[in-house]
Amino acid sequence: MSRIRINGEKKSLDVSTVDELLRAEAVDPAARFVAVAINGEVIPRGRWDSERVKDGDDVEIVRPAPGG
Amino acid sequence: MQRMYSPLEDALTIADKTFTSRLLIGSAQYPNNQVMLDAIAASGAQIVTVAIRRVDLAGGGETVLDLLEGDYHILPNTAGCYTAKDALLTAELAREALKTNWIKLEVIGDRETLYPDVEHLLAAAAEMVRRGFIVMPYCTDDPITCRKLADLGCAAVMPLGSPIGSGMGILNPYNIEIIRAENSIPVIVDAGIGTASDAAFAMELGCDGVLLASAVSRAHDPVRMATAMRHAVEGGRHAFRAGRIPRKRHAEASSPQKGVIGT
Repeated sequence: MSRIRINGEKKSLDVSTVDELLRAEAVDPAARFVAVAINGEVIPRGRWDSERVKDGDDVEIVRPAPGG
Repeated sequence: MQRMYSPLEDALTIADKTFTSRLLIGSAQYPNNQVMLDAIAASGAQIVTVAIRRVDLAGGGETVLDLLEGDYHILPNTAGCYTAKDALLTAELAREALKTNWIKLEVIGDRETLYPDVEHLLAAAAEMVRRGFIVMPYCTDDPITCRKLADLGCAAVMPLGSPIGSGMGILNPYNIEIIRAENSIPVIVDAGIGTASDAAFAMELGCDGVLLASAVSRAHDPVRMATAMRHAVEGGRHAFRAGRIPRKRHAEASSPQKGVIGT
């Protein structure tokens, strides 16, 4: 189990890759307009199935929202 | 015969793109998605801003992009960022999510006034230009800051008229005029527009465009206000290009002086 901070919330998850993390968080990895950053670095979609998520990582999962 | 003005003869160019509308509009705070779509359509805007936010892990459904994509040039913003570091990460996330290198840069220094933090704004702008972003910074109506942003390579400068959502209009028209005179990149008044006359005034001062959100989304009738803003921006632009009469202390008769009866 890894302690991962996801969108500001600390969670314990048993996941290895970004893909797995997204699925665990009920985000469809095929969904459009989603972006992910780990520890302040954007992970391009092409690397979601290979990039590993480690214990202590700080993950941001974002999408566009209404804005001014 | 009525002379018609083609929008193409006075198009707005930002970076490598040309637009026939000089009104830019936000996507937030509408009563519902249908009103948002109708208002944006009524505004005639071609550029629509969106924010980048954490996915609501409990929710789902369509995003604002699903509703807008294909019809508009989407301009993501870094709203909510208080540091250059956060703004940079937000811009990179926006670039990845939306496949655009255009960014409306906002770095705020104060929660109450939402006033730009110029120190962080300049640092973020410099780094974003270096990373290949098309940077459109929301900034103070300070001619020195605008000049610095232009010198850094921003694609436009976007001085506020007054604080975001305040509806106070253009508080310092003299500064806006100076900013316009000193910069050859587009000057777009962004923030504080309250009603149509504010938008027209910005254009009459010579600005290249107006970016507004609350003035339309929070109006009693957003679609009608969007229509008003469309006409206001067009009218103000024509007035600016037409060359106005000067202000005078004394009257100058508008009817001929000769041939008046009783003289």
